[in-house]
Amino acid sequence: MRGEALFGYLMILPALVIVMLFTAGPIVASIGLSFYQWDVISPPSFAGLSNYEQLLSDQTVLHSFWVTLGLAVSIVVLEILVGLGLALLVQQRRSNVARGTFRTIFYLPLLASASSVAIVMGYMFDQKFGVINYYLGLLGIPNIPWLTSDFGATATIVIIAVWQQVGFAFVLFIAALSSVPKDVLEAAQIDGAGPLRTFFAVKLPMISPTVLFISVVGMIGAMQLFDQPYVMTKGGPGYTTTTTVLLIYQTAFQNLQFGYGSAISVMLLVVLIGLTALQFLGARKLVFYQ
Amino acid sequence: MSSSAFPARAGRAIGLLVLIVAAIAALAPLVWTLTTSLRTPAEAFTNPPAWIPLNPDWANYSAVFEQIPLFSFFVNSVIVTGLIVIGQTITCMMSGYAFAMIRFPGRGKIFMLFLATMMVPLQATMIPVFVLIKWMGLANSLGALIVPALGGAFGTFLMRQYFLQMPRELGEAARIDGASPLQVFWKVYAPLALPPAAALATLNFSGFWSEFYRPLIFLSDQSTYTLPLGLVGLQGNLGTGSISVVLAGVVVALIPSVLLFAFAQRYFIEGITTGSFR
Repeated sequence: MRGEALFGYLMILPALVIVMLFTAGPIVASIGLSFYQWDVISPPSFAGLSNYEQLLSDQTVLHSFWVTLGLAVSIVVLEILVGLGLALLVQQRRSNVARGTFRTIFYLPLLASASSVAIVMGYMFDQKFGVINYYLGLLGIPNIPWLTSDFGATATIVIIAVWQQVGFAFVLFIAALSSVPKDVLEAAQIDGAGPLRTFFAVKLPMISPTVLFISVVGMIGAMQLFDQPYVMTKGGPGYTTTTTVLLIYQTAFQNLQFGYGSAISVMLLVVLIGLTALQFLGARKLVFYQ
Repeated sequence: MSSSAFPARAGRAIGLLVLIVAAIAALAPLVWTLTTSLRTPAEAFTNPPAWIPLNPDWANYSAVFEQIPLFSFFVNSVIVTGLIVIGQTITCMMSGYAFAMIRFPGRGKIFMLFLATMMVPLQATMIPVFVLIKWMGLANSLGALIVPALGGAFGTFLMRQYFLQMPRELGEAARIDGASPLQVFWKVYAPLALPPAAALATLNFSGFWSEFYRPLIFLSDQSTYTLPLGLVGLQGNLGTGSISVVLAGVVVALIPSVLLFAFAQRYFIEGITTGSFR
């Protein structure tokens, strides 16, 4: 029996060391560092709560949280609506070939890296030479300053994030919809429910756990948005697209304020935990578990 | 039935139309990238774009290999992604198996610790990890990206769930036949767990092949750059003059993902869906 226990410890050892050293330890260290001032060069000096006092009156930091929250909510809501809409439409197709083809097409954007997509879209959304404004111009829509205006830059980042990630929600919705039992759908049909009624009374409750999952995972991802604003706008114009992680990057790795950067990271973690808890609380009433 | 047939048919036709429009929207930027990468730099910004490359100009592809060390970026990306995928698959199979099949004191508590770290966003740990990487002497080397990713809580969880469903009798029978605990794992159970291992591997491939943030922070010497970092640098250096060259680089970076997806689409989809039923 003792041999078996030893074998068990040896088997988990590599993963445990990595998790302790690079996730569990650093999260504690992040909290610790947030009470210090440290520029990496000179030794850290204890600063008490001063980083947090500074943070709560720092308009740039608070603004970055609102920017990030606005972007994240827009991206996740659109991802869910578009992903679900596409999944419902693809499910209507009778031929397996059509369903498979659409599934592959909607998955393809996920294969590119977010930074590559940002490079490509930066060219496509260019105000003067971009292909987007060219086609909009053919429709009589005047040049839109996509990357250089407040609304344009925000909209561009939302559009390209949704364009790239909608396949994720789509694939999950396809799986969830196909697991709705046939007899339940038939029963609804016999009771005279139309397609709309069937969707809201039967399908939507049955797939609500998937909606919650996409919402939680999507928010955790979108609240850490970095690649697209870093590549396309550098956070501009002004601070319009300066997300919290972009600000952490600038604070810690460009201005070498490691303590203050840690305090912002800890605040981001707290906000994320709060948002996740909020979604699970809301889900208690809305999500239906079989 | 006949009275509802017409609206139903019209609804399906409109549905198909919407799907086709959505498919065009999904594909257009990818097609534009490919065709523009085949235009001469002088033509690259002329509209309308050439959706079908009648006179492909392959010079951009040689240019991108000459103007920046694209080949070295590519090799670095292959090394980083390859070692992480192989390493993490093995360590997560081991730990997932142990948490599912072996009894040892503290098992439940240690597993809870894994679960708790699964929720921690990468961003909340980056500053201490950066300091640690410097102390370990890994900064500005590929090891900075590889070592911290050689194990993972999510992968452990994924593998454990799969091993939990396996019959214990298989291992007991092998033990009676004289197999050691390691042989039971490696010869009996590990081969049965290849589907979730493949799903984990494709998930990790997608994630680490595309990774931008950690390379940006850990790597400062161009000889260590991975593809995403190198391409963003290329875009910055060349400016708008040679976008077709930049796009050729983007296409080169995309090829391995597309090839892998073509051969293992099933595992990509499974990776996403198994991850969601937790």
